[in-house]
Amino acid sequence: MAGSSPGEYIKHHLGNLTYGELPAGYVRECHGHAETLSETTWTFACNGTEAKDMGFMAFHVDSLAWSGGLGIIMCLLFWLGARKATAGVPTGFMNFIETIIEFIDTQVRDSFHGKSKLVAPLSLVIFCWVFLMNLMDLIPVDFIPQTFTWIMTTFFGWTAHEAYFKIVPSTDPNITLSMSFSVMLLVIFFTIKAKGVGGFIGTLALHPFEASNPVVKCLLIPVNLLLETIGLLAKPVSLGLRLFGNMYAGEFVFILLAAMMGTWQFIGAWPWAVFHILVITLQAFIFMVLTIVYLSMAVEDH
Amino acid sequence: MNINMTIIGQAIWFALFVFFCMKFVWPPISRALEERKQKIAEGLSAADRAERDLELAQEKATANLKEAKEKAAEIIDQANRRANQIVDEAKEAARTEGERLVAKAQSEIDQEVNQAREQLRKEVAALALSGAEKVLGGEVNQDAHKQMLEQLAAEL
Repeated sequence: MAGSSPGEYIKHHLGNLTYGELPAGYVRECHGHAETLSETTWTFACNGTEAKDMGFMAFHVDSLAWSGGLGIIMCLLFWLGARKATAGVPTGFMNFIETIIEFIDTQVRDSFHGKSKLVAPLSLVIFCWVFLMNLMDLIPVDFIPQTFTWIMTTFFGWTAHEAYFKIVPSTDPNITLSMSFSVMLLVIFFTIKAKGVGGFIGTLALHPFEASNPVVKCLLIPVNLLLETIGLLAKPVSLGLRLFGNMYAGEFVFILLAAMMGTWQFIGAWPWAVFHILVITLQAFIFMVLTIVYLSMAVEDH
Repeated sequence: MNINMTIIGQAIWFALFVFFCMKFVWPPISRALEERKQKIAEGLSAADRAERDLELAQEKATANLKEAKEKAAEIIDQANRRANQIVDEAKEAARTEGERLVAKAQSEIDQEVNQAREQLRKEVAALALSGAEKVLGGEVNQDAHKQMLEQLAAEL
């Protein structure tokens, strides 16, 4: 943050490391000099405007790397647990793994009454993965980004303000919405599997207003379709934005504290982090429970 | 906060992890937990069974002990009776033997006495005869007076 105003500091901390496509003829100002691209180029965005101009053809490298890395760590841990799993007396590490598994299993059994081999592992991945992604929030805000900035400026000739780096994947709406829309696709898949394509269309077209008269029924279809489609889309949007909003707000407080208090940020950041432990666990739990509830609603008749 | 292809990348990660956990994590662990549940249930029922078995065994042991005690008492009783009987028999035998010995001794004594008396009688007869000879001056015919002398000896 050396030499930058709190506004710039905050802005910098809220930007992702973006790798994307810039169109031919795009004028960019990087590494301190202006340059016109002669052809379409895939490159790292060196400021927020470029990242925006890349449009849809771009990746948030930091979000994907951290979420993927954390996911791989999670899978490895559980895989180790699965390899050691026996019916005998469990040791310390196995106890930990089994506690999580049994916790998830209880949640799934309580809420999901259909038979599926997918729901339990899905819930496991959601809970643990989202928890780990949220957990990144507790690492002091500048610790890893500053290290990254130092590496990039020292070895790759970047300037400090080009080195965007966010380590909390769940403060990226792409990440949370991606997961929640994946859940929505699963909901649709479960509905079609349980009730058939006709049944799925029926749930969209024939509720919530029902009528026994066929003419009235037909008249009500557009209204029902509108309401149910909104309802169907509202589920993943709210699911994804709830997680994103909570984590973004939490991260924002950390960033504000760092911007205002600099080295003394821990005075405010430490109690906020303690409180935040509750938030990150709760948000991971809510995401998992709502996923189970949506999926069980998909397979059950009302 | 741009929405971009990160969404697709994350969805791929998500699918990969869910697939991995569905294939390699959840089934072995839940199977192990299920097996353990079964094992514990079996262990508990085995413990119940063992407890019942123990109770039965204890009852049986008590019954056996009681029976053994009764038998032992009976045997001791029998032995006592037998011992008494043997002692009685021995006493009886001793008494008979003693009586027999006494009787035998008595008869021997009688015999001795008779013999002695016979001998005395003979000696007395001879003495009397020699006395009479001396008195009569040897005039006694031993053959002629033999009968009389014998009669005399028998009277002694």
